[in-house]
Amino acid sequence: MSNINLDQMDNMQFDVLKEIGNIGAGNATTALSKMINGKVDMSVPEVALLEFKELPEMVGGAENIVVGILVQLDGEINGMMMFIMETESAYHLVNILMGSTVSKFEDFTELELSALQEIGNIISGAYLSSLSTLINIRIDASIPYMSIDMAGAILSVPAIEFGKVGDKALMIETKFSKDDSDVKGYFILIPTLESYGVILKSLGL
Amino acid sequence: MSEVIKVGMADLNVCTVPDAITTLGLGSCVGIVLYDSSAKKAGMVHIMLPDSTKIRNNENAAKFADTGIDALIESLQKVGANRNRLTAKIAGGAQMFAFSNNNDMLRIGDRNVEASKIKLEKLGIRLLAEDTGLNYGRTIVFYPETGELHIKSVGKPLKII
Repeated sequence: MSNINLDQMDNMQFDVLKEIGNIGAGNATTALSKMINGKVDMSVPEVALLEFKELPEMVGGAENIVVGILVQLDGEINGMMMFIMETESAYHLVNILMGSTVSKFEDFTELELSALQEIGNIISGAYLSSLSTLINIRIDASIPYMSIDMAGAILSVPAIEFGKVGDKALMIETKFSKDDSDVKGYFILIPTLESYGVILKSLGL
Repeated sequence: MSEVIKVGMADLNVCTVPDAITTLGLGSCVGIVLYDSSAKKAGMVHIMLPDSTKIRNNENAAKFADTGIDALIESLQKVGANRNRLTAKIAGGAQMFAFSNNNDMLRIGDRNVEASKIKLEKLGIRLLAEDTGLNYGRTIVFYPETGELHIKSVGKPLKII
């Protein structure tokens, strides 16, 4: 049966989700690399099933200010996909792309903010299209929504979605790095419970 | 020495003077403070969802507005607070992303606030103040000594309710 209980996932299901994360993030890294016209290294994704209390700790604590980009998924796979970046990484990316010299949040211009949103759009689009190819199911994604705020507040959005089905959240963390300066990003894929079933079933599980 | 007691997501706790109680980075969740000003005892619950009866997986009482408030009252009574003297302050329930379509899943902040108020009213607990809605995160700290709820947000001055 392809039904899945996040609190009692077996190793096989865990591995499959990890592999999905791997492929998605790999594709996203390639997209990022093309965008900034340089080599980007990617770490092996870590998949963690976390209690809600631990979730903000993954991204530097509940009050750490981060950039969150969210797209809604529609069609046969429903849910959300979120890409989270440390603010330092966001400055770095914008500086590379736009030739800017942003070093604090207040420095962002409208144009740079929209560039940042576009980065999120491209990265999450690449992630989702590889997932879509892998499971051979069409995934419709909304336009990206961006928020720059405390990690706890931003993560409350996916946490609430997970909260409807269990007491833990599934997080796929991937770190990017470019030259010496780390660009750190985290992906959170949040299919609805039914969509988990659809994904696993399409992979023959 | 006074301490600041932390309450996590889908969690609750109580505190007595001179300690304070806090929850960090509230987004669409709601932080509900119940306070007995005579006993100087306060409790806080960080709820994520409005209604436990709509969700199958509902063992964690602190996750929901309805069961979370009940559980908080129980914990407060255990440490000697008087049920009839309790008053409430709430904060949070923001909409973190400016979604263009207005589906129910995305209005979760509003619904959490609404459900918290309805539950408080049902129990006859007076809501003294609130700082809810809008589109930004909040860190809240409650001081039972003064009954003040301090609200910190990114790029905004400290707000006291």
